[in-house]
Amino acid sequence: MEKHVVIIYPHPDDESFGAAGTITQFRRQGIPVTYLCGTLGEMGRNMGHPPFANRETLPEIRKKELRKACEILDIDLRLLGYRDKTIEFEDRREVALRLKEHLDAIQPTLVITHYPDYAVHPDHNAYGAAAIEAVGMMAPDTRPEVWAQAIANNHVDVLGKPDIVNDIEDVLDTKVKAILAHRSQASGILDLYHSEDGMPVDVKEETKRNLGQESFYIWRYEN
Amino acid sequence: MEPIDMHRVQEILDTFVNKDVYIHIETTNGAYASHFDHRAYNVGAYVRNAKVRFSRAKLVGNGNVYRAGLKMADGWIYAEGLTDWTMHDDTKLLLAGHDREGRLMVSLQIGTTPFDH
Repeated sequence: MEKHVVIIYPHPDDESFGAAGTITQFRRQGIPVTYLCGTLGEMGRNMGHPPFANRETLPEIRKKELRKACEILDIDLRLLGYRDKTIEFEDRREVALRLKEHLDAIQPTLVITHYPDYAVHPDHNAYGAAAIEAVGMMAPDTRPEVWAQAIANNHVDVLGKPDIVNDIEDVLDTKVKAILAHRSQASGILDLYHSEDGMPVDVKEETKRNLGQESFYIWRYEN
Repeated sequence: MEPIDMHRVQEILDTFVNKDVYIHIETTNGAYASHFDHRAYNVGAYVRNAKVRFSRAKLVGNGNVYRAGLKMADGWIYAEGLTDWTMHDDTKLLLAGHDREGRLMVSLQIGTTPFDH
């Protein structure tokens, strides 16, 4: 059984869309979960539907939404304070060292992050790479396991089937609640999820399938 | 934000003329455009807290969608597709264009002090 799980994603809502079900399952087993959230999603283009945020109010709004989602998921939140869309331009080693400081203090048995180069958003790719580097800097016998999440459309073709395909139907309600906490961001996806008409069936089923399963690759270190 | 009131926004633009001001200008179609549609392109650019000075500022449009042009000594600042405006902290003018889902597509913001972050 895991002792402590650390989630390393860059944006408020990545945790809810990507891993809320898995997180909830860990929490139900009493396992502590800490989220090292990289940015506040300051440059997001979703402002609510209809818009209630603007470019300058968005960071605070998203911070509040994130805190609410973390309450729903019952997890500990740390904000790393990078700026949305800029992580790939930071020095990766520096980002990795900052992540490692947190990991050294927490001593997790499992780290969940994005799969570099297969996570679509440049922040996902860069922050995932830094997380994997952070764990790689640890002595091999002290490393937590790393689960890397790929999102790119071609990931199964290139990487093969994910090692972990987690059925989270039993905690789907909590996942949807966590997603809805990100009110400024959630409308689009959940419109798809809830829509009864007008939406092609394959899109709806795809969305439901995406929400009902969370999959990860176990990262294999060379040394 | 509210739909642009051309006269009101023009008045506010005029208050920034011939002063050192900070601008935020951006356009984006999101980081997922080509993920959801393989024929689409991810395109975006932003400048935040560039310090500029302009001698003219003009808003032009048809009552729904507007363009703004700021004339500087050595060039121009231009934004198209602006639909909404608001004041932030009473001192910063925010102009933005949103699509029908309420997503920001373009923004032009002007203030006499820097924007946060």
